[in-house]
Amino acid sequence: MRIITVLNPLVKRTMKSIWIILSFLCIVNSAHGMGYNSNTFVKELNIYSARKEALIKPLLDQFSKNTGTKINLITGTGDSLIARLKSEGIYSPADLLLTVDAGRLYRAQRAGLLQPMISKALNKNIPSHLRSKDDQWFGLSIRARVIVYSRERVTQNQLSTYEALSDPKWLKKICVRSSSNIYNQSLVAGMLTSYGIEFTSAWLEGLVKNFARNPSGGDRDQIKAVAAGECDIALVNSYYLAGMLSSEDPVEVAAASNVALFWPDQNQQGTHINISGVGITKSSSNPDLATNLIIFLTSDESQKWYAQVNNEFPLRDGIELNNILKSWGAFKASQVNVSELGRQNVAAIKAMDRAGWK
Amino acid sequence: MEITPTTVSAAHSSRWLTLRNMATCLTAILAMPLFLIMASLAQPFSNTWQHLSDTLLTEYIINTSLLVFGVGIGTLGLGVSSAWLSALCEFPGRRLLSWALLLPMAMPAYIIAYTYSGIFDSFGILQTLIRSTFGLEYGDYYFPQIRSLGGAICMLSLVLYPYVYLLARVAFAGQSLTTLESSRNLGRGPWNSFFCVSLPLARPAIIAGLSLALMETLADYGAVSYFGVNTFTTGIFRTWQGLGELLTAAQLCAFLLVFVLSLIFLERESRNKLRYYQNFAHAKTKLIPLKKWHAASAIVFLSFPIIMGFLLPATQLLLWAINYWQKVEKADFFHLLLNSITLAIAASVICLVFALFLSFVKRRFGGNRELVQTEVVKLGYAVPGTVIAVGIMLPAGWLDQKINELSVLWIDNSLGLIFSGTLGILLFAYLARFLSISLQVIESGMSTIKPHLDESALSLGASPSHLLSRIHLPILRPSLFTALLLVFVEVLKELPITLILRPFNFNTLAIRTYELASEEQLMDAALPALSIVAIGLVPVLLITRIIIQDKN
Repeated sequence: MRIITVLNPLVKRTMKSIWIILSFLCIVNSAHGMGYNSNTFVKELNIYSARKEALIKPLLDQFSKNTGTKINLITGTGDSLIARLKSEGIYSPADLLLTVDAGRLYRAQRAGLLQPMISKALNKNIPSHLRSKDDQWFGLSIRARVIVYSRERVTQNQLSTYEALSDPKWLKKICVRSSSNIYNQSLVAGMLTSYGIEFTSAWLEGLVKNFARNPSGGDRDQIKAVAAGECDIALVNSYYLAGMLSSEDPVEVAAASNVALFWPDQNQQGTHINISGVGITKSSSNPDLATNLIIFLTSDESQKWYAQVNNEFPLRDGIELNNILKSWGAFKASQVNVSELGRQNVAAIKAMDRAGWK
Repeated sequence: MEITPTTVSAAHSSRWLTLRNMATCLTAILAMPLFLIMASLAQPFSNTWQHLSDTLLTEYIINTSLLVFGVGIGTLGLGVSSAWLSALCEFPGRRLLSWALLLPMAMPAYIIAYTYSGIFDSFGILQTLIRSTFGLEYGDYYFPQIRSLGGAICMLSLVLYPYVYLLARVAFAGQSLTTLESSRNLGRGPWNSFFCVSLPLARPAIIAGLSLALMETLADYGAVSYFGVNTFTTGIFRTWQGLGELLTAAQLCAFLLVFVLSLIFLERESRNKLRYYQNFAHAKTKLIPLKKWHAASAIVFLSFPIIMGFLLPATQLLLWAINYWQKVEKADFFHLLLNSITLAIAASVICLVFALFLSFVKRRFGGNRELVQTEVVKLGYAVPGTVIAVGIMLPAGWLDQKINELSVLWIDNSLGLIFSGTLGILLFAYLARFLSISLQVIESGMSTIKPHLDESALSLGASPSHLLSRIHLPILRPSLFTALLLVFVEVLKELPITLILRPFNFNTLAIRTYELASEEQLMDAALPALSIVAIGLVPVLLITRIIIQDKN
């Protein structure tokens, strides 16, 4: 019986604390809520971002400092943010949708979630192949998918194009991550745009035969596999290599120093690129302020930040790069409009499935 | 031994009836995302199905089955054996090992996957060492691929066996040794007694733990996708996010649910109408003392999952985190801590309250209606968090839109979003997913309470609340804390629901960890990951005392 007398007050206390917690949460909630209900006194922008906080927040903070705008941020994956925008409809608090690939912006545009913004400054800052044809979304930075190769086992003149990667001489020599990865999807979408389905399917068949192992891990893992000798070449986004070279982890630096970067398709239409980008939502209550933010993000100052800190390539020539990016030399990038990557995305995945790219 | 539902005295019948209806309403609301998923089956099947069955569907089915089977064996093997040894045998270091066995629980599956990958893959410390020591090249020696189906089974078993361990241990510790002694006195050997007496008595608890581990396995996305293992869950993601087919993804998920349901049904059928009750030993139960070598091997055996599931990955994380410590913004980090802890406490308490309520109502009525209700609620845990989140986001968004349309019509002003993007909806989603855990724990605890206790109390005129607070709760004490602990740690680790439903400017440790890890900045992700583990330790330390020492 002793335990019962001990426990009864315990139950009461528990109930009491539940009420306290609940009411606390309600208060926090409503305090949060007040912030973004189109308050006209404070300039505010609400952003849904598929770009990770650490890779965009410094720029947003700078914009807040310059203009006195309060910026509220939610990060997430592109598709869940799009689903959230859809479910919230015209009452959504979001002003901007930031993504890390053109395909998601294309999808948001198709779902009618974005509004067009014609602005001279934006047209000047962003080359036309890096924004949607009807100005519903805009590129912010360029990410290139490149070949890295082992300095020991491969020479530069053995490499030429993406197309040549299906050559049997690379049998069981290539590492690449899963076909669920958006950058592989957009690479294949780019091939589809340039060469059509038949050619691309045949190319995929050959490429998959050349895989050294079942696709797994991230891009950095592919670079490490080349360094370890598990494969000779790998397909990765260039900023991962740069990130490893400047890492504080000696293991990563050692792996990255073992490989070299090759720009594919230099004598063809140029290396495959994708963008990180942004669109203004249809529900935005302040599209002008949102436009100002995009202008800021595409200004020389911000573009330099992308190149220096994020190891991505700026939208335009003439922006200063960091030493690692400089060491790779200038390259010719594909001029295909990035919205094609979104248009071909589903076809690309299905082609990869058929070829057995896991 | 069979029980019949007790007829309730007429004096309280209206109060009882209200309780019963409240339980049904609650279940109906919680089951909304599940209902949406199942309703997708009524929609036409798009030709994406043709593509899936031509290409990946077989692989999804095979991999998922193998994964579930492998993790089932792994968690049962590790969980049951360690629970039995530590609950019923006496050897030096038993207490320390007893709580240390819970440590791997605080390790998110995708984090252990990343960490192991860093140690064991071709450029990891181990293989680099092998190559440099023996002057070998990659391929000259055999080394298993860590990022593979086998690797995924190992990773998930290592972090999920504590579910089986914890529940089985509570059950084993509750078994009066007299039962076991009678079996021995009647001529059964130690192994025979274990399999014929201990194990069947603990079966409901073991099954409850196992089904939690397997549901978590089915719902796992992070670890399997990093390891390149295509399962139903990765398929659901790929169909939604890659192919942009939300409906087909929901249909895939519905089939996953049907699979889970049939497993639950099979288990129930095989257990049939067997019920086990026991007398609670008031005297301190005697433990089986282990002699020298036996004790030593028990210690080695129990240390194995602790080292592999906790010490090794935690050490690696610590080594990474030390380098990162200078870069951390302390104020920001404090916010992450606070958010994570507040959410975890709130969710675990809310889940416990509702679990108690539902299992109490089920116990008192025990009809088909209650049985269906609790089984439906339990399904929530087998659904990937992302699916639950979307399944709650859509109706909440719809409701918000309708409310705003009305408010514009009536008061000429839009109220803004009332549900979407609030902490309330986030907690509701946690409830929909994690109530299963508290419910499994509480139910397995309640199942050992003899029905005659209820009947005596009721015949003496006890009200529902009296019966619960005076009779059930004291006996359930270890189960209550177990439920709190499990949900607390789960919410701490939880990622997809928080990621999708959280309000503006609100981050948790799990989100920070994920963001850094998914950018492949493992070193930077180590500190928040380690903090999740460290905070998870606090309740493990506090509560295992209660759970483990209560009986001993």
